[in-house]
Amino acid sequence: MTAIPLLDVRDLTVEFSTRRGAVRAVEHIDLTVAKGETVGIVGESGSGKSVTSYAVMRILDRAGRIPEGTIRFTGIDVTAASEDDMRQLRGREMSMIFQNPRAALNPIRKVGRQIEDVLTEHVKASSHEVSEKAIEILDQVRIARPRERYHAYPFELSGGMCQRVVIALALACRPQLLIADEPTTGLDVTTQKAVMDLIVELTRERAMSTILITHDLGLAATYCDRIVVMEKGHIVESADARAVFTAPSHDYTRKLMRATPRAGASLRDLLPETAPATASVTKLSPRSESRAPLLLVQRLVKEYPRKGSTGFRGIFDKLTRGGPAPEPDMFRAVDGISFTINRGESVGLVGESGCGKSTTSTMIMRLIDKSDGMIMFDGENIGDIPARQFSRLPQRRRIQMVFQDPTDSLNPRFTAARAIADPILRLSDIKGADAVRARCEELARQVGLPLELLDRFPHQLSGGQKARVGIARAIALQPELVILDEPTAALDVSVQAVVLNLLQDLKESLGMSYLFVSHDLNVVRLLCDRVIVMKAGKIVEEGPTERVLSAPEAQYTRDLIAAIPHPTFVSQHTEPHRAATL
Amino acid sequence: MTDIVATHRPSSGIAATLRHARYVVSENRVTGFAFGLFLVIVLAALIGPYVVPYDPLASNTTAALKPPSMQHWFGTDQLGRDVFARVIVATRLDFVIAVTSVALVFLMGGLAGVAAGFFGGWTDRVVGRVADTIMAFPLFVLAMGIVAAMGNTVQNIVIATAIVNFPLYARVARAEANVRREAGFVLAARLSGNSEVRIVLAHVLPNIMPIMIVQMSLTMGYAILNAAGLSFIGLGVRPPTAEWGIMVAEGAAFMVSGEWWIAFFPGAALMLAVFCFNLLGDGLRDIVDPQRRT
Amino acid sequence: MLGMVFKRLLVAVPSLIGVVIVTFLLTRALPGDPAAYFAGPAATKEAIEQIRVKLGLDQPLVVQFARYVKDLARGDLGNSLTTGQPVVQEIKTRLPASAELTLLGLIVSMSIAVPLGIMAATRPGSLVDHACRVVATAGVSLPVFFTGLILVYVFYYQLGWAPAPLGRLDIFFSPPPHITGFYLIDSLIAGNGELFVASLKQLILPTLTLAIFSLAPIARMTRASMLAVLASDFVRTARASGLAPFTVIVVYAFRNAMLPVVTTLGMVFSFLLGANVLVEKVFAWPGIGSFAVEALIASDFAPLQGFVLTMAIMYVALNLLIDVLYGLIDPRVRLEA
Repeated sequence: MTAIPLLDVRDLTVEFSTRRGAVRAVEHIDLTVAKGETVGIVGESGSGKSVTSYAVMRILDRAGRIPEGTIRFTGIDVTAASEDDMRQLRGREMSMIFQNPRAALNPIRKVGRQIEDVLTEHVKASSHEVSEKAIEILDQVRIARPRERYHAYPFELSGGMCQRVVIALALACRPQLLIADEPTTGLDVTTQKAVMDLIVELTRERAMSTILITHDLGLAATYCDRIVVMEKGHIVESADARAVFTAPSHDYTRKLMRATPRAGASLRDLLPETAPATASVTKLSPRSESRAPLLLVQRLVKEYPRKGSTGFRGIFDKLTRGGPAPEPDMFRAVDGISFTINRGESVGLVGESGCGKSTTSTMIMRLIDKSDGMIMFDGENIGDIPARQFSRLPQRRRIQMVFQDPTDSLNPRFTAARAIADPILRLSDIKGADAVRARCEELARQVGLPLELLDRFPHQLSGGQKARVGIARAIALQPELVILDEPTAALDVSVQAVVLNLLQDLKESLGMSYLFVSHDLNVVRLLCDRVIVMKAGKIVEEGPTERVLSAPEAQYTRDLIAAIPHPTFVSQHTEPHRAATL
Repeated sequence: MTDIVATHRPSSGIAATLRHARYVVSENRVTGFAFGLFLVIVLAALIGPYVVPYDPLASNTTAALKPPSMQHWFGTDQLGRDVFARVIVATRLDFVIAVTSVALVFLMGGLAGVAAGFFGGWTDRVVGRVADTIMAFPLFVLAMGIVAAMGNTVQNIVIATAIVNFPLYARVARAEANVRREAGFVLAARLSGNSEVRIVLAHVLPNIMPIMIVQMSLTMGYAILNAAGLSFIGLGVRPPTAEWGIMVAEGAAFMVSGEWWIAFFPGAALMLAVFCFNLLGDGLRDIVDPQRRT
Repeated sequence: MLGMVFKRLLVAVPSLIGVVIVTFLLTRALPGDPAAYFAGPAATKEAIEQIRVKLGLDQPLVVQFARYVKDLARGDLGNSLTTGQPVVQEIKTRLPASAELTLLGLIVSMSIAVPLGIMAATRPGSLVDHACRVVATAGVSLPVFFTGLILVYVFYYQLGWAPAPLGRLDIFFSPPPHITGFYLIDSLIAGNGELFVASLKQLILPTLTLAIFSLAPIARMTRASMLAVLASDFVRTARASGLAPFTVIVVYAFRNAMLPVVTTLGMVFSFLLGANVLVEKVFAWPGIGSFAVEALIASDFAPLQGFVLTMAIMYVALNLLIDVLYGLIDPRVRLEA
């Protein structure tokens, strides 16, 4: 006897009315979630995965509507239910947690009160009972000192703690279904694991069903029983997690699987099977015969005055304190690190947020000044040159950067061609509009950007196209050292695969060296010869990538590696030739 | 990710801007209306004095205080002057005041604000102090004071309006520049070898322009209201000049006794002009901001 | 919180010093000779000269400024040349007149504009939304003195509903004993109901004029702010938690949306102080605005300086109040250093 599924979606279509007419975000999809089951919905941007969950909760945008299909939750027809009925269901029977936890909480209301609001709405209890319950729930989501933290405001809590509060909100009334929409995006990898483990533990405890929406196939395979793969508003595959992960049947799923950076895969393996065989790239011989390192960093330090220690408040505090300060006045973002980058080498710099990797790369870029230490580039001390003056020196063109957020790093008022031309106009010898244009086109060809896109504005380009523009701009002056600050973090996994391959090809053909800053160990493994692990401003471990990732010496490195989601069935069935689990 | 199909028309350049302007104007009727009205105002300002039926300054006491009729569309005032002629001729003066005030305050306040927001430090502090000092006065009262001290000529009215609006422009420009100070494209511009000044002028300023343009068209309306207000209390232009504000002042006394047309028509013209500039601001923003282009 | 207040006050001091200096210079730059005015039209050259010395106007500017600052420290704002009264006295009687009008106008305006803005934001594209936008644009376009005149023409001249625009009270009534200076409050305290009604009747049209004037920026800001907040992530969370619409709109959305509106109030108040001058002329209101205009036209700089200084101090106090209010609503301002 088959039990009635908790959630039964049939032939669902969701439509949005836009300036250009009705756009279908989701078309004719069928989805079921059984009691106690965890289902993962996996897809890239534009796949409709989030829209589906919004439809289930009936919290679609004003412009959205459901023209066809039904959604049944515990037998109730949700598509036809009134708003009042829906409000009874939301928070009490089905609830949702979102990406970006701090923004999901009311910034001017204590977190305890926010939990109480949900309880008061759905549960009949006295105000005292409700307060106690709220504190109890904060404890269940593993927030230390819950009685104290009840009175905290979201800005006083870390990202991970905020997400726990959001989970508390969602589970307060013990719903039957939890929808988690990209709950770990934006969190550090160790925090991600903690949050996911918490969700799994709590939902198992209460025999809840979960829908996990993510773009990360590995994450889905680790935590879900079944996986549903969506592409452009359609479901292309729906099966057991193990089946999808180890033997995907649909082309798109296979493409996604291949594109996901994982142990044992090389860069070329990430590309789709049907990708045209690229001609082997001729490796440019190193520009100089010198064996000396290209970049030498010694005991580099960057200090910032601690917030509140300067100005009136600081003086006032100092005078009234009466004793030594609990924390030193200066905060060391980078605390005396040393490393080298050799010519033609690709070095990875990994760590979680706040470890100082971005500050380090910004100092090497000479965008900010160091507090102490030495930065030598090709035998020349560039660390002592003030950042303000650096942009006018000839050394500027030899060190360039590819930024993380392609949208933020492109001037919204410049066309792609103008953005790429900027360094050429300022620092190169090429003169004259035609010559500059010719060089831009050459660069566009090198990065695989179709020429007709050169006259577009950033908002008219896709994420991958914007990334290519950023790369073209960075290589325009043929730099020797390129710093890449999480260049693919904001991209879909299939686009990331292509861009990573492009970066590797460019490195070979132009003879550049890379400093690759990232939090994603799998990506670093693919692209980097050596890796440096940072924590709290210090280098914790460094060495050849394979060695560090397969036999880490530092505990922190081991923690980082352990936090990467890996499905339990992988080690036995795939990659049989590899002995280690990674 | 939806792949954008390449079109054959270029997305930049003058031709594209005009095409986009035409699209914006035709799509939103209110914007189209505002543009039409704007053209009428400009026309009146340009050729008004040459086509009015009566001399705006000629008084004819026998025909004083006549209500609107076929001969005098807007009636006559207490000196027998044709109100319609005076309203049309006043367009030029009020329009000129509006445009010059706005140009002046944009140059002073806008650039000061951008520098303050982008460079911070002492520039920010000085501009902030100046803005705070101006803001400590009720703005209209300050304008009154400046015009009274310097003498009521049109130039001084323009200068007073510019000074009084300085803090607002400086604040808006500063906030916008501050947001973009650490933006990725600014860092990228430094990497490309741009000097700080060039970054402000060529990279940051074009991004701020849409907001500034909306602000400027709103200020045009405010400048006219300001000049009219000053005239109303006797600190604006002098009689017998035709200016909307002073016409309302002169007609105010007659409002209470029933001769409504002397103050009504210039007041209505004032309102229409300011209304037009306000609507225009929104339309201009749609044209100038490339993110609105489809 | 206290630290923030202290810091703000400290920052206000240089502004006030700037105001004092600028006012002094501006008033000395006024055309017209106060000594000649004071002496009268028939005075001889020597008599005018004598008066000039007596007033201290022959001294160099720096000396005059020093004397001015010394007087200020004692709380002496000088005497008006036109009325001979001490300026402090005049301000004490005229300030409440303007304050009553302005406060009432602001209260009326907010009670219409804020709900209008909220409704427009919660029902986008509806009639209320369009009405709000028209009101906002039209309100900003209307010259305040024109509005006043039209209201007088329609409601007094044509319909006879409102009394003549002749000041705070009809000539048949005498003002209530001065406690706050607000006729509405003082008449209630004195238990005089008839006086209360009479004061109210005189207040209706000028209050309406000021309210129409300030309606627009408040409605526009409320609508824009509510729209932004309603689209935010935390409101989405509140909806997804099944909270009642009232809780979502009022407790979650509105409180957050009010923050920029509170800041706008400071700007609106500044506009209102300026608009006061114009409205007082239309309705013959014996307030501080008309006081300033009369002094300006007569080049009487003692009252002018007193007026501007009073306005500036009030404005600083108001901004401080707004900052404190903001701090009460938004804990981030209070708790973050």
